[in-house]
Amino acid sequence: MKWFDYAAPRSVAEAVRLLAAHPAARTLAGGTDLLVQLRSGRKETDLVVDIKRIPELNELRYDPAAGLTLGAAVPCYRIYQHAGLRLAYPALAETASLIGGTQIQGRASVGGNLCNASPSADTVPLLIALSATCHIAGPQGTRAIPVEDFCVAPGRNILTPGELLVSLHVPPPAPHSGARYLRFIPRNEMDIAVAGAGVSVTLDHGHFRSARIALAAVAPTPLLVREAGDALAGRPVSAESMGAAAELAKAAARPITDMRGTAEYRRHLCAVLTRRALEAAVAQAKGN
Amino acid sequence: MHGKYHVRTTINGEAVEFLCEPRQSLLECLRDILGLTGSKEGCNDGNCGACTVILDGRIVNSCLVLGAEADGADITTIEGVARGSRLHPVQRAFLEQAALQCGVCTPGLIVAAKALLEAEAQPSEERIRFWLANNLCRCTGYDKIVRAVQQAAHEMQEVNR
Amino acid sequence: MSAPAYQVVGTRPIRHDGADKVTGRALYGADLELAGLLHGFVLRCPHAHARLRRIDTSKAEAFPGVKAVVTAADFPPSGDRMVDLGEGETPLSYIRGNVLASGKALYCGHAVAAVAAVNVHVAEEAAGLIEVDYEVLPHVTTALDAMREDAPLVHEELRTKEFGAPGSRPSNVAEHFRHEMGEVERGFAEAEVIVEREFHTSTVHQGYIEPHNATALWNNDGRVLIWCSTQGSFVVRDTTACILDLPVSQVKVTPLEIGGGFGGKIPVYLEPVAALLSKKSGRPVKIVMSRKDVFEGTGPTPGSFIRVKIGARRDGTITAAEAYLAYEAGAYPGAMVASGAMTVFAAYHLPNVRIDGFDVCVNKPSTAAYRAPGATNAAFATESVMDELAENLNVDPLDFRLKNAAREGARRADGVKYRRIGCVEVIEAMKNSEHYRSALNGPHRGRGVAIGYWFNVGLASSCTISVNEDGTVNLVEGSTDIGGTRTSVAMQAAEVLGIAAEDVHPVVADTDSVGYTAVTGGSRVTFATGWAAYEAAQDVVRQMRERAARLWDVDPDAVEAVRGQYRAGSHRATFRALAAQLNRTGGPVVGRATVNPKGAGGSFSGVICDVEVDPETGKTTILRFTSIQDAGKAIHPAYVEGQMQGGSVQGIGWALNEEYYMTAEGTMANASFLDYRIPTCYDLPMIETIIVEVPNPGHPFGVRGVGEANIVPPPAALANAIYRAAGVRMRRLPMNPAAVMEAIWAAAK
Repeated sequence: MKWFDYAAPRSVAEAVRLLAAHPAARTLAGGTDLLVQLRSGRKETDLVVDIKRIPELNELRYDPAAGLTLGAAVPCYRIYQHAGLRLAYPALAETASLIGGTQIQGRASVGGNLCNASPSADTVPLLIALSATCHIAGPQGTRAIPVEDFCVAPGRNILTPGELLVSLHVPPPAPHSGARYLRFIPRNEMDIAVAGAGVSVTLDHGHFRSARIALAAVAPTPLLVREAGDALAGRPVSAESMGAAAELAKAAARPITDMRGTAEYRRHLCAVLTRRALEAAVAQAKGN
Repeated sequence: MHGKYHVRTTINGEAVEFLCEPRQSLLECLRDILGLTGSKEGCNDGNCGACTVILDGRIVNSCLVLGAEADGADITTIEGVARGSRLHPVQRAFLEQAALQCGVCTPGLIVAAKALLEAEAQPSEERIRFWLANNLCRCTGYDKIVRAVQQAAHEMQEVNR
Repeated sequence: MSAPAYQVVGTRPIRHDGADKVTGRALYGADLELAGLLHGFVLRCPHAHARLRRIDTSKAEAFPGVKAVVTAADFPPSGDRMVDLGEGETPLSYIRGNVLASGKALYCGHAVAAVAAVNVHVAEEAAGLIEVDYEVLPHVTTALDAMREDAPLVHEELRTKEFGAPGSRPSNVAEHFRHEMGEVERGFAEAEVIVEREFHTSTVHQGYIEPHNATALWNNDGRVLIWCSTQGSFVVRDTTACILDLPVSQVKVTPLEIGGGFGGKIPVYLEPVAALLSKKSGRPVKIVMSRKDVFEGTGPTPGSFIRVKIGARRDGTITAAEAYLAYEAGAYPGAMVASGAMTVFAAYHLPNVRIDGFDVCVNKPSTAAYRAPGATNAAFATESVMDELAENLNVDPLDFRLKNAAREGARRADGVKYRRIGCVEVIEAMKNSEHYRSALNGPHRGRGVAIGYWFNVGLASSCTISVNEDGTVNLVEGSTDIGGTRTSVAMQAAEVLGIAAEDVHPVVADTDSVGYTAVTGGSRVTFATGWAAYEAAQDVVRQMRERAARLWDVDPDAVEAVRGQYRAGSHRATFRALAAQLNRTGGPVVGRATVNPKGAGGSFSGVICDVEVDPETGKTTILRFTSIQDAGKAIHPAYVEGQMQGGSVQGIGWALNEEYYMTAEGTMANASFLDYRIPTCYDLPMIETIIVEVPNPGHPFGVRGVGEANIVPPPAALANAIYRAAGVRMRRLPMNPAAVMEAIWAAAK
């Protein structure tokens, strides 16, 4: 690995200053992607900015009225160990436990998963389904954008030099709502999604009030399939309606063939996973 | 500026200071600077778990932590699992169950299993397998490893009773 | 006949090196630290096939912190000749060429240069400054492609050895051989049911967790000292000496602990390079491979194309069988196709057989042994066809196998006539198992069975045993211990001496300190080195009887030794008591033995497995898995079970997910543990074991090797189970979810 310097700023302002002064700098949260990429030469840098010592980046707060604030450096294990969060967002807690294995979950963060901008990122489709927003700080101040607008290409996100993802905000769960992320991997853990589907639904007397569906690993970025969710709104909860939404998700997928799966197989999985995730989300919503 | 980074940590209960290059992983620091070679490098990308250590109460792959990040941290490595000359119940169970063959994954597995049993007294087989999925073993097929963890869980329960 | 009662053999003592291995104290190759140690890095070719027009190392040499740079030009100009380094005659140029490429690089990952520097980061950076002018050549990566007339040539000078005679035309086929017995055409004419199928298996890697490593010091006295993790310290010694053109006595190899091998740590990759770097720098040099280096630069096991045809009468008697085996050797000749041919029909008594084998060079890493090398590929084909035949004949798949099982006296097509073997006993144990008798219920579920064989080898082993005054002994052996063989060897000595396993202190010694000992491979250590320990212990017993005779003033022949109790007339003494009096009876006692036994007994293995296949994703979940194997005599049953479980799970990985996924450019796309998916513990159930003991008449305790046969049946057993669960016959490995799904789609069309 080529030489780089290391800095561990204590405030957002200090981090932003460092990132702005070093255009090639890389932010380090859990490091489970970054260090691998630096070692293999896929990324290079002259400065690694460790953001784990910044209080805002470690914030994990759930408020039934305000929703969830998830600091960008909060490691996965804190998410699934947080009792309030587990109750309010069981799908998010479960998804945090899917990433890598126990050791990876001790370091890897949801914020890092998002910033890494991999099409196969497991947490991103669910964040999109849950209508989460990104809170970003930069030299020009702060801004907030929906998660679905954050990734722009494989490995590339919307952050400009000097900008830093500070936290993610997830709105409070609506009554009679449910969510689920399902992915397909050949092993049972320690794998990259061949395809994934994150869904959220809100029910109203046997009908869908609203739904959001997003996919992993079947497009250059995590993919919000707005039409698939919209198609469910107002429809009765049935195998037929969920099957139709799953077919819309499949139709929206534009996967490639690579070592993790063929395009045809991935499209097929989109339908299977979307349908299964919808069934699980509905079951959860009925319980709420 | 190509300066080395001064790191102050606690390793296996003792205060340890060292100088490292920012690019050196915690695993490199443990092995090459501090002579703690019990943690092994199997893949250097977080997939095999042979370098597992406990960092501030959580198991991590030390190949995916920079030495510099460990400043102020409390670290337990395989060298700190036994109490002096007395083996930890997990270590004893690995021996009694013949849960190792080549032994190179063993340090990481023992550290990971110890952390599990300290967090959960009676994990199910499913739970043990889920927790240890980041620790690859190519020799044993895992059967005897899982049994060793079950045995250690049982013995630790008996002691605490 | 009742089995002899043993005191130590068959028990489960704690392994001697156990405490060091659970505390992190055990010293593996990469753990070594020496004063002044430099770190090496090997530059590897990024192309599947390329001419090396020019290598300019000047910038790397000038990089601060670099102490030496080497290429193949630094090898001594020793020319080419045939050498035998324990695995048959091979041209030295092949062995040397695989260590550092010369002229052409033959695969992505082929070593082309190496750097020694003050630390590994500096060495890596400097290696990046080496300028290699590559002329990228057309490449070929599968056996069938490489056998085409118009295929790019891996070696321009290679000619096919056709039935033993050299051919005239350039080819990628290094050898075509045939084994034939009986009248095959007549046999098929007599058959009432014939099944003929084609199979493909992917290149797979041994996947040991510890990367290859080597440290070398070219000492000022001219001797080369090497520390490494190897399956054969004498192979490393002899290979390094050959390549560096030194007498073997000028090389000393100290084997450190080894983190898995499975056959893949027999070949030499790094040691001569580290030695050259040490010679240039004057300092010790350590090289440790990255995981990517291991996948791209070290021996995987061959991918293959196999066609198997078997015919049987309605009564279930097989009348003829035919196999066509084309195995990928990788960059240099030597695919494990000979052993594929020896094992493809080894489980059956067949009157009429023809087996054609092809050893085919391709632009992939030079292949190495992997646990029963060649046999798993072959059994996948044979046992799948056997399953289909049993289905056509409407008989139980185990009954069909039992009816045709090989027995003592049966002759194989390659000429071997079986001594006492346990094929029938293994199949009967499968039939009688609770697993096979239990019902498997539920949709999308199926049960599969298969059997497999590995012949095992003997080869040379040396052992000395010295007696301590406290009644314990020190045992020195040369077999590097991959999986607990210190203990299984020590136990055999303990049994003879009549002392506890714990009272034997086994040591794996360097090549200066023990007699020649062949590789840890071929399931031979517990068999052959165990036998050496047995003989050395007998030598100790003989000398101890003499000591007792001297003490008691009787004839040595009058002294009886039974289980550590020595007696003559009314005299009685234990081994321990006699040991305490060594100094008074003539000084130290050292027993020694060298063996080169021929009586290795082959081992049969069987698998029963239950699976569930998700019809919507094609994913296979293993519900229950039982491995059955003939151990001859299980010296340490826990470690026998461990071999069975480990081999089973490697077979499961091979069956379901593992493969070299090759890009269009001929490079490996998945050279990491993330994407080369070996099984995790969360992918598996407990692996049940049934040890069958049909004693090997060729060993004092009846030992057969148990290290290998267990990997042979799993892929076929899984294919047969998947067929019953999902209705599709999978004839290509790996049977990953996408492949099963595609087969389900194809079947629905």
